[in-house]
This record gives sequence, structure tokens and C-alpha cells, in this order.
Amino acid sequence: MDDLRTRYLGEIAGAADEVALERLRVAALGKKGEVSLRMRELGGMTPEERQVAGPALNGLKDEINAAIAAKKAALEDAALDARLKEEWLDVTLPGRRRARGSVHPVSQVTEEVTAVLADMGFAVAEGPQIESDWYNFDALNIPDHHPARTEMDTFYMAQAEGDNRPPHVLRTHTSPVQIRAMQERGAPLRVICPGRVYRADYDQTHTPMFHQVEGIAIDRDISMANLKWVLEEFFSAFFGTTVKTRFRASHFPFTEPSAEVDIQCSWEGGTVKVGQGDGWLEVLGSGMVHPKVLEAGGIDSSKWQGFAFGIGIDRLAMLKYGIPDLRAFFDSDLRWLRHYGFAPLDVPTLHGGLQ
Amino acid sequence: MRFTIAWLKEHLETNATVDEIAEALTDIGLEVEEIVNPADRLHAFTLGRVLKAERHPDADRLRVCDVETDLGVRQIICGAPNARDGITVVVAHAGTYVPGIDTTIQVGKIRGVESHGMMCSEREMELSDEHDGIIELPSGKVGDRFVDWLAANDPSRVDPVIEIAITPNRQDALGVEGIARDLAARGLGTRIERPIAPVPGTFGSPIEVSIDKDTIDGNPYFAGRVIRGVRNGPSPAWLQQRLQAIGLRPISALVDVTNFFTYDRNRPLHVFDADKVTGNLRVHRAEGGERILALDQKSYAFERGMMIIADERGPESIAGVMGGAATGVTGETVNVFVESAYWDPVTIAHTGRKLKISSDARYRFERGVDPEFTLPGLEAATSMILELCGGEASRVVEAGAVPDTTRAYRLDTARCSSLVGMDIPAKDQRATLEALGFAIDGDMATPPSWRHDVRGEADLVEEVARMASLTKLEPRPMPRAMPGVPAPVLTPLQRREQASRRMAAALGYSECVTYSFIDDASAALFGGGGEARRVANPISSEMTQMRPSLFPGLLQAAARNLARGFADLALFEVGAVFHGGEPDEFEIMIAGIRVGATGPKDPHGEVREVDVFDARADAEAILAAAGAPARMQVARGTNKWWHPVRSAKIALGPKITLAAFGELHPRVLRLLDVKGPAVGFAIHLSAVPEPRAKGGTRTALQISDLQAVERDFAFVLDKDVEAVNVVNAAAGADKSLIEDVRVFDEFVGGSLGDGKKSLAITVRLQPREQTLTDGQIDAVGKAIVEKVSKATGGVLRT
Repeated sequence: MDDLRTRYLGEIAGAADEVALERLRVAALGKKGEVSLRMRELGGMTPEERQVAGPALNGLKDEINAAIAAKKAALEDAALDARLKEEWLDVTLPGRRRARGSVHPVSQVTEEVTAVLADMGFAVAEGPQIESDWYNFDALNIPDHHPARTEMDTFYMAQAEGDNRPPHVLRTHTSPVQIRAMQERGAPLRVICPGRVYRADYDQTHTPMFHQVEGIAIDRDISMANLKWVLEEFFSAFFGTTVKTRFRASHFPFTEPSAEVDIQCSWEGGTVKVGQGDGWLEVLGSGMVHPKVLEAGGIDSSKWQGFAFGIGIDRLAMLKYGIPDLRAFFDSDLRWLRHYGFAPLDVPTLHGGLQ
Repeated sequence: MRFTIAWLKEHLETNATVDEIAEALTDIGLEVEEIVNPADRLHAFTLGRVLKAERHPDADRLRVCDVETDLGVRQIICGAPNARDGITVVVAHAGTYVPGIDTTIQVGKIRGVESHGMMCSEREMELSDEHDGIIELPSGKVGDRFVDWLAANDPSRVDPVIEIAITPNRQDALGVEGIARDLAARGLGTRIERPIAPVPGTFGSPIEVSIDKDTIDGNPYFAGRVIRGVRNGPSPAWLQQRLQAIGLRPISALVDVTNFFTYDRNRPLHVFDADKVTGNLRVHRAEGGERILALDQKSYAFERGMMIIADERGPESIAGVMGGAATGVTGETVNVFVESAYWDPVTIAHTGRKLKISSDARYRFERGVDPEFTLPGLEAATSMILELCGGEASRVVEAGAVPDTTRAYRLDTARCSSLVGMDIPAKDQRATLEALGFAIDGDMATPPSWRHDVRGEADLVEEVARMASLTKLEPRPMPRAMPGVPAPVLTPLQRREQASRRMAAALGYSECVTYSFIDDASAALFGGGGEARRVANPISSEMTQMRPSLFPGLLQAAARNLARGFADLALFEVGAVFHGGEPDEFEIMIAGIRVGATGPKDPHGEVREVDVFDARADAEAILAAAGAPARMQVARGTNKWWHPVRSAKIALGPKITLAAFGELHPRVLRLLDVKGPAVGFAIHLSAVPEPRAKGGTRTALQISDLQAVERDFAFVLDKDVEAVNVVNAAAGADKSLIEDVRVFDEFVGGSLGDGKKSLAITVRLQPREQTLTDGQIDAVGKAIVEKVSKATGGVLRT
């Protein structure tokens, strides 16, 4: 029996492939295999003989089975190793292309501004870009002869023959949306109005179309001090650093009192850094909504008061992201769009951050 | 508005520095735009004395001078003919920048002799064009700064010029006196009152004036007088310097006097050569068509209703805007008629705008000058003309009357705190207003006649606040409108815009923002053009039409990028397109285009030209992001800018069109210089229906444990049979069992013969109650083949 054991284990160890292994299994453990035949002989043995030979044969059978299984696994491993070697690839080849698009800075910054101001309760109102003379001017306390009309470099729409209304204009600011919002929603009111505006001007720093966001808050006792707080909170959240503001007296027909607002910045090394240094940069016009404007919006100016402000979205984008040239915003140069644009999933939120 | 510090000090006694004055001006709403201080460039120049000047050994025209300076005795070579012993000179040491020659002085040798600096002429310091020799000062101590010497002895040469921006409400700050009043009210000095004494006339004015009845509203008051026997030469140096410093050209004494009062007191005046005026002056409205040659030597035609100052011959002046050339004063003028009138701002604004004349007079009259100062202005001008030109003044002639602008508003001193949020004591508020010229009587405040802008209680608060300085305003938290977590603020359309924008970017498109106005030809290609959407005053022929579509802007952007060498592009834009010229005739759309291949060539061989089905997939993905329902119909029938047979619309039933996609028309691409083909989509975001159910609850999920079965079918069809018909027919074979039908292959021509194609579909069967038997599956299969055959004429391919 030791012979049998030595022979089979040796042959199993030397088997070249699975076929040879199977042949060995049949030869040893098949119906007519050598081990099986020996086991069949157990019946003719005395009980004493059987007690010795039985366990020995069973042990042999298990040993051969185990050896075959182990050898089989070893052969499979070797075969896999060989196959894996064959499967060599140049992994430094480029990956399959995935599309990469971008979101324009104007859209991104509009969402950022919205995220901050929505938290302070401002809803987003929108309105027409072709606007009537009344909404763009008269309702905002800019009567026909007012010098502000000429200063705004207004675009006018062509007029049909026989149309005796004043010509429609391309809105010169998003303020007419404030009037519409007041008419539609009444007081109290908190809205921001982002969107395209138009002025007939084109040079280094002006384009005939740009973007503005205006805000208006109307309530019983809102003051200019509240405005200053809202703006400082806004700028600090938007720029991600504490930003001080400076108010200077100014004049806008639609607010009274009016103030130009500067934000704190430094100009070291030729770049503007907001929230640092002791310089000031003019960024915004604001004031307390003029009683005539409230009345134009259908709000009783003896009961309600509030503030309004307006700021350039493109300007905010330039300041925050260091974009040098306004004109390039509207040129759609792919290199620019990819460089200054934002990833599709880069959605600004207050809890996730705005930069 | 420009003025100099010396001019300001004629009206304001102050020790404030230029910087303090500038800071205060900006703070009170007179924003400083520029300060030009001639002294800034001269700080390094000091006084020296020439101890000894000898001829240069090697140059006849040069002198070697020993000059006593603040740094000791220095040897300086000088070529000026007047360099000689004993004179006091202006020295630039080595290292000093000399602006007039744009050079920094260095120690050097001139013809072998060392020179340690320079003695300067006026031109070299850009003080004047004087360059006949170096400056010789009549006084001064060696080592003193030259700017200090100038400030003490010739202050106008270093008089800083300040330019401020004037907001439309501050007409009073268009005169130096008004600026001084503001600064005094701020506490920066004491105003110097300059009372005006009337000049008694010695004879009756030979020219009389009248105002037509229908013109009195436009010209309430007109005053004038003749001054005879004047000599109209150049004005004196002080007046010329005043005007030059603020950028005005001195013309003659008479004209310079009018310009002086325009800027000094915001009182425009006009002078006629009395000998050229025929008869009397009459102010009247134009009939329309009258012409005048104005002082700018241009001819203007009056429109009906504009105001004319005429004599017997006709128009001699565009009232309040510009005088006429025919009666203008010259060097020969000996008799002059001086006009001081009050004009209605609105009429002047209209006239100026229509005639496109910008003049100092129009600028001031349309903002509103002080009506009460009309006669005093005439008297002040008379005095100065008599002083500068001699002559004899007539009695004043007047027409109309100074309009009464008196009005009063309640001064509620608590309002400042409520509106601005600053607590300023009531007595300080009153003092501020009084310093600005308001008359306070109890709690009523009467604005001064020069403040047309003050029209209500809020204006009083504004005056108080700006004088108290808004820089002192302390921020005060604004409580939430509602306590707690803020409610969402975006409208469904706004959310849709954001979601579709980010989906487009995720699909590989780059977002563009293009101009809303485009050129005529491009607009016409996309159903635009014509009058309704035309901009009346475009700044360029490329920007004349409000866009009827987002495609022109995107295709032009594509053309520019293609020209830059980008072959494969995907661009999109979200924004308004205009269906007409009325405010409500617009809608928000998103559109995108793809040009070229799906990407640059790669080793994986997957790159191909973009096609209609890319555009369709993009459109569907974006519609899904925008919240469109899953089942939408695709149908032919798109606008003319699409490829006639390679485009379609996506609709919800026959009434709601959500989008269009396909290839853009090759002719459109050619006209826009886009080397095509280009595919694209355009989605009407507002057409996407809002979800019917409020809240986020989903329907219950139904999952079957029973195995789904898929079966493939291929049909031979006529080539123009559309896949959608096959799919719909197959799906209709057993609506309860068939879960999905997908097209997975299309094969055209070949062994099928011309005009035929094979279309293969996979049908997924999902049993609900029990596992399908072969018999059931076969029965559904048969039904599918029948339905498809009946609907399309196709036969099962075997």
C-alpha cells in the first residue's frame, strides 16, 4: 500500500495538465481504479484485517483526492499567471475621453450672490429686458428732461409709425424689476433682481451689455444702517473674508439719501485684494428708496420705507476671480471659457462654501 | 467741474490741506475725480546762489559755476546766457527728475569738466514755455524748497486743481461759491461772503427787452444793460490764469468775465456787441425752421417751441444754450449788451439735446441755476467789466419777474434716525441746514433758491446725513423677515434654468454669454429682423437686432473659435430670446451646438463626427434635468434654419413644443462662416410643465420577482419607415406585458435591395403574476409581428 501511495502522489505532483490529473484520478479512484479495487477487497477480509486495512485505504483515498485538488489549483494558478502575462497593456495610453464642459462666471457669480442673499430672505425677481420708458425711467423718479437720462447712454427701440408712446428702451439697470416686484408682491418685500442691462458704451472697461444685481428691502423700519450691515455681511460671505465698507454721500434719482459704497481693498503688487489693506474701491450705488419710487410701485410711502442697492455681477466676478478684461466675458473664446469657467457640479451653497 | 484751491479760498477761509479738502468733498457727495498739483513734481528743487561763473575752458557758450546750495557749494556747468555771479537760482541736484526734459540728473563731465547738477529754466520744470535762460529769483534763501518759494511769492503757479463729479441734483456746486458753502457747512472753514453792490446806471439802455406771452413759462425773467465805451482787449493775467488753470481758453476780457461768473457763481451770462444788434431784443418761441449761425460757427435750425432771442433782423441767440455769431463780441467791440436771464430747465434740456449742443450754459441752465441771483449776477459782471474794460453802464432793463420758488418742508429730526440710522441732535441738524442756506422756522425748513433738488422731507434728511458724514454710519443687523430656516426663494423656472445649465455643462458644453443684439443678416436667418426688434441707436452694425434665437450668437462664437484652430466644439447659452419689441415678448431658452468630432483622435478609435443623435440625447438629458416628463414625442416639422430632413421637434402632444434638435441648415452655416456640419438643440424652458403633485412623495415601487424575458425581432421595411412607428406598434401588442421596446440595429440596402432597410428591436416582457410559458411568449411574438406589419408594411426578417 505504501507503494501505491508513493507512486500516485509522485505522479500527481508531476502531472502536466488537468487531463493527466483526471486520468490519474480514474486510475486510482475510478470504479475500476486501483484504490477502489482494493477497497472492494475489504469485504473478504477478517474483521481484524479489515480494521487495519479499512482506515488505511480511506486515508489513502483522501490523501490522493487532496493531492489532486491541490495540484489542480496549482495548475490553474500557473495557467492564470501565464494568461495574465499575455494580457500586458500599455497603461500609459490615454483614458477614454469624458466630456468636460464649463459654467460661465456670470452664471456662477449670480448663483453665489443668490445663495448669500436668499439666506437673508431675498427672493429672486426677474423682468423684461426690453422695457417701457415708464418702468425704466419715470417710475424711478427720472422724468423726461432729467440729465440722468442722457448720462445713462440709453439704447432705444425703433418705433412703429403712428406709435405715440415714448420709445421702449433696453433697460439701463435692473431697477424696473424692483418696480414690477413692488407692484406684484407689495410690502414687506425683499427681492434681488439679477440680469442683463444695456448702455451704449464700448471701451476698455465698458461693454454695451453687462450684468447687474439689484436688491430692495421694504419694511416698516428698515434704515440705511441695516443696508450697511446687509452689504458687509454680503461682501464678507461672497469674498470669504471680512470686508469693511465705506459709505459716501451721493445722488441717485431713485434713492434718498443716496450713498456710493466702497469696499476695503489693497493694491499691492498691482492686483486688487478685497478685504485687505486700507484702500477703498467703489463698487456699488445704494440708498433709501425714494418715496416717489415707492408710490410708483404702489406702496404707501408714509407707512413703508426701505433700501435698494445695485452692483455689477461681471465686476464682482472680475474682483473675486481676478479676471482682467470685461470685454472677454462676451467673446466666447473657448480658452477663456475653460480657464475662467466653473465645473458643472461646482454648485455654490452657503453650507459648502462659495469658492 | 474744475476749480483751483486758490479760487476756492476766494470764498472759503480755511487752513485745511488739499488732501483734507478732497476727502471732505468726496464724503459729502462731491466726488473728487482728479487732483492735479503742480507742486508734486517740484518738491526736490531747491534754491541756490551762483557764487562765481567763469567761461568753460573748452566751450565759449558754457559756464562753469560754483553754486551755493543746501548740500554745500557745487560745481555746475550751465549753458544759459544769464548764468552769472550773484543770482538766486533753482537747482536740481544729481538724482532729481526734471519733468520738462524727462531726465534724471546725474553727475557727469561736460567737455572734461565735472558738473554736479543743473540750474533750471521754467520750461524745464514745466511751469511755462519760458526758456531764454535759467530762472533768476528776486528773493529767497539758499536751501529753501522752490515750491515753498512759489507758494509764498507766486501761489498761482502751484495752485492745485481739483476736478469733481457733479451729480444731477447738485447744480449749485457748479460754482466755486457753492462748493465753498458745502465745505463750510461741513466745518472745513468759514465762508467769505462777497456782497454785490448794484452799479447805478447813468443812462437808459438803448436796447430794450421783451418776452412773448407764450414764452414767459420758459423764460420767466430776463435782465440786461448796455455798457458803452469799453476796450475789449485780453483780460488781465490773474483772470487768464484762473481760466487756464481749469482748462478754459482766455478769449477777451468781455468773454472771460462771463466765463468767470459761470464757474465762480454758477451764473452763465451772455454778451452781445450792442452795435450789431438791430433794434430791441425779444424772447419768443420758434415757429420752426428759423436758422442761426452760432458762436461755434455751426448753423442750427430751430424746432417749433424752442426759445429764441431775436432782434429786428431775426434770431441772434439760442436762448440759454449758445449765442449767435453775428452779434458776438470782438476785439473791436466798444458797446456791449450784457444778458442775465433765468431759463426753464426742461426747455433748455430739450433744446440742447435736440440740437446736440454741449455748452457750459446749457449744462447749468438745464440743471437749474439760482433764479434769485439773476440780477446780482448782472451787477457783479457789470462791476468787473467796468473795472477791466472801462466804460459806462446804462440802467438795467428787465422783462418778466424772478419766479417764486419758495416752499417749505417739515423738519422731523427723528426721521434721520429712522431713515438713516444715525442719531444726530436736533440742534445740529438745524445748524447744518442753516449753514447750507435753509431758513428754519419752527419745524419748517425752507430750502434756499439755489437748491432746486430739495423736494421733500427725505431731502432734508439727506442734507443732514451727508454733512454729518455717512462714513460714521454703524452697521445694524437686519432681522430675518421670518424667524427660522429661510424658505426657498427660486421660482420653478429659475431652478429649471440652473439645472439645465449644469446638465449642459456636464454633457461637455461650455457656457457662453453672447450679446443680446446681433446683426440684421444673422437675425433674418433665424426668423428675426424687421422693425419690431430693431435697436434705434445701435453702437455698431453688428448690434442692431434683438436676437430671435440663441443660435446666431453661438454660431458666430463657433466661427471665431474654429478660426482660432479649435476643430471640435460644444457651446451653449441660457438666456432671453425676443419674439417682438414689447416688454412681454420674450422667453428664456437654452440652446447648444456641437461642431466637429466627439473629441480629438484617440487610440481607442471611438471618435466620430457629431450627429443628430448626439443633439437628441443632449436635448433629452437637459429636458429631463429641467423636469420634463419621461414620455415625449419626436416629430418632424422644424423651422427653416434647421436641416429640412435631419431635424425634429420634441413635443408633448400637438400643442406643446418643448424643443427642437438636429443639424443646422448648411446654408445658414455657410452664411455664418461655420465649417459644418453642426448639430444643436434649442429648448423652450418655460414650456416644460410644472410637476402636478406637490411635495416629494414617489409612487410605490413595484418590483416583480418573476424573470423578465427579452426577445429580438428584425423587420425588413421600406427605407423611409420611421423607427418610432415600429416601436409604437410593437409596444401596443400587449401593453400589460411589454415593459420596454428598444431599437438596437439599423441596416440599409445591401442584400435587402434598394429602398429597403432592416430594423432590429429588443422587446422586454415582464410577467406580473406567473412565469411566462413558451406558448405565451410565442403568442406575444406573433402579436408583435402582426402589429408591426400592419402599421408599417414590414415583414419579419428570417
